[in-house]
Amino acid sequence: MERRTFLAGLGATTAATTLGLGRARAQDPVKVGFIYVGPIGDFGWSYQHDQGRLAVEEEYGDKVQTSYLESVPEGPDAERALRQMAQSGHSLIFTTSFGYMNPTLKVAKQFPQVKFEHATGYKRDANVATYGSRFYEGRAVIGTIAGRMTKTNTIGYIASFPIPEVVRGINSAFLAARAVNPDVKIKIVWVNTWIDPGKEADAANALIEQGCDVIMQHTDSPAPLTIAEEKGIYAFGQAADMKEYAPTARLSSIIDDWAPYYIERVGMVMDGTWEATDTWKGIASGMVKIGDYNNVPEDVAAQADAIKDGIVAGTHHPFTGPIKKQDGSDWLAAGETADDGTLLGMNFYVEGVDGELPS
Amino acid sequence: MLRLEPRKERSRAMALAAPLIAVALTMIFGMILFALLGKDPVRAIVTIFWEPLTNDFSRSELLVKGTPLVLIAVGLAMGFRAGIWNIGAEGQFIVGAIAGGAMGLAFYDVQGVWVLPLMCLAGAAAGAAWALIPAILKVKFNANEILVSLMLVYVAGLWLSALVTGPLRDPDGFNFPESRLFHDSATLPILLEGTRAHVGALAALAAVLIGWALMERHEYGFSLKLFGQAPRAARFAGFSQPRTVLLAMAVSGGLAGLAGTFEAAGPVGQLVPGLPAGYGFTAIIVAFLGRLHPAGILLAGLLMALTYIGGEGAQLAMQLPAAAISVFQGMLLFFLLGMDVFSRYRLVPTRGLRKGAA
Repeated sequence: MERRTFLAGLGATTAATTLGLGRARAQDPVKVGFIYVGPIGDFGWSYQHDQGRLAVEEEYGDKVQTSYLESVPEGPDAERALRQMAQSGHSLIFTTSFGYMNPTLKVAKQFPQVKFEHATGYKRDANVATYGSRFYEGRAVIGTIAGRMTKTNTIGYIASFPIPEVVRGINSAFLAARAVNPDVKIKIVWVNTWIDPGKEADAANALIEQGCDVIMQHTDSPAPLTIAEEKGIYAFGQAADMKEYAPTARLSSIIDDWAPYYIERVGMVMDGTWEATDTWKGIASGMVKIGDYNNVPEDVAAQADAIKDGIVAGTHHPFTGPIKKQDGSDWLAAGETADDGTLLGMNFYVEGVDGELPS
Repeated sequence: MLRLEPRKERSRAMALAAPLIAVALTMIFGMILFALLGKDPVRAIVTIFWEPLTNDFSRSELLVKGTPLVLIAVGLAMGFRAGIWNIGAEGQFIVGAIAGGAMGLAFYDVQGVWVLPLMCLAGAAAGAAWALIPAILKVKFNANEILVSLMLVYVAGLWLSALVTGPLRDPDGFNFPESRLFHDSATLPILLEGTRAHVGALAALAAVLIGWALMERHEYGFSLKLFGQAPRAARFAGFSQPRTVLLAMAVSGGLAGLAGTFEAAGPVGQLVPGLPAGYGFTAIIVAFLGRLHPAGILLAGLLMALTYIGGEGAQLAMQLPAAAISVFQGMLLFFLLGMDVFSRYRLVPTRGLRKGAA
């Protein structure tokens, strides 16, 4: 893996000069920065974003210079990390975790000439775009597989924070599983972190003890897959393929492919067409990919493919009525599909999900 | 061969030299580590220890990062001197942020110069109360304050997540776990325009001065020292152990709580689950690195802040892995504790001749 290193003496003064002159001289590389919530070696969420960064380098070669800061906590340090990047001459900065939202907006106000892209957030500004993936589409596919593969009729779900994105994933996975297995139950453990291999492994063990034999996760490390492999149950790769961590246990995976988006956006900065847009794309666009099936019987694979193809063709929506909320109230009438607004603010479980949503 | 021989008296020279030697050793072994990672070791050290001092923004960030470290460490040092081990400053920091922040949110959009002092008061009181839990359990039931205070860190962290996903959640925030942004009256005034350095830095400085007066020039400081070195003598001298424990814990908790409020009302500007950045734990290193002395703590706090900010700079400029920076910071404590041995022991060669003499 080739990593570009910065020129020596990257002081703030030199950087400020580059910033001023850089736009005028076309041969100067465009500097693109990335801020990751985990280490690039998490082999999940942050790893995939870094793969996107490397793809940008590959695409544009000398015309671009990329850098990153990893394991930046979503607290008071995020703002400084962002300012350091903005000050050192970056034209475009990707902030790749939800918790960077307010720091991104704050710093963006102070550096109007720098462009920012915040992943999974909802606040935008003249120089702040947002982007995210419809991961819930992937959940519908692997939920279908999980519903068919479970023998105990109990699926385990390791959840991070009770934000709409995560709740949406749980609901989507559960609805898909119940569609193919009416007896299926889902058990959820909240770990309150995006990445903590120890906690994630503990959660996996706890779920297995409660009778779960298929595990899904909305956390970043492959630790749950390792446990699944050890205990002889099933699991799915999250964010990255993760096959190498559980060659037997991993049934499939939801893969985030940020490369095309990053390449497109960097290109837009280069030719001056960048705008603060909001992007939310799914399987059809390739932003969400489904990993190879492994140990999945043919008829189950066919069923999962049918869901996937339906989503791509636009004939299947993972949230199609009739669906009731957990409290028994009506949400979607028969045939009705959920609108994006409701999905983006989803703060309720659908009927049949066990447990109470932390709120 | 070499062996350790106890010194008759603690070597003062060695006690003062230990942090300097530890810093030097950390630099040397850090350079070896960076070289093994294929990075230019000299440039890495310069980036970490020197470059942050060369521009205004980084210097202001030193204050931002150093403020909570120094505030907390001064409080911890008082207890540590008396052998009272408050390991849970992180939890006291969190409840301080919660209480101070909640106070700010309770008076949302109410303008007034009294809002901030009220928040600080609430934060300090909450931190002190949180620290009094292990203190009272220790006094009443002889429960180990290390364990109890440490466990309460996780309780505090869960309270923070519960509150920002529940009652304190931003009503316009789409159910995302964070509070509203504090309004102007509930935000700390900035010391230097355009930076994040806030008036909390002055409070930290005041804490250093008051801490010094208390520990070095007041009977209270003497009682702490006495309890640390000779608890029986302290009791004979008429000092009450329960009172010492309660007071030391309350003071350190109060300062940690105040630091938490500053953090919420200053650099962060709202309550978020990611608010605690580990200051409560890092402050333990700072307290020892500063020899439990307020002046030392001030220097140690700034040094620690320097490694964080320089570490980020090294990551950005040289793509040093974040984990390497953490290892580097860990080395500092390791070498410090290692060097500390030599203030109480001396290294003597053991040869045949000497054996008879000893």
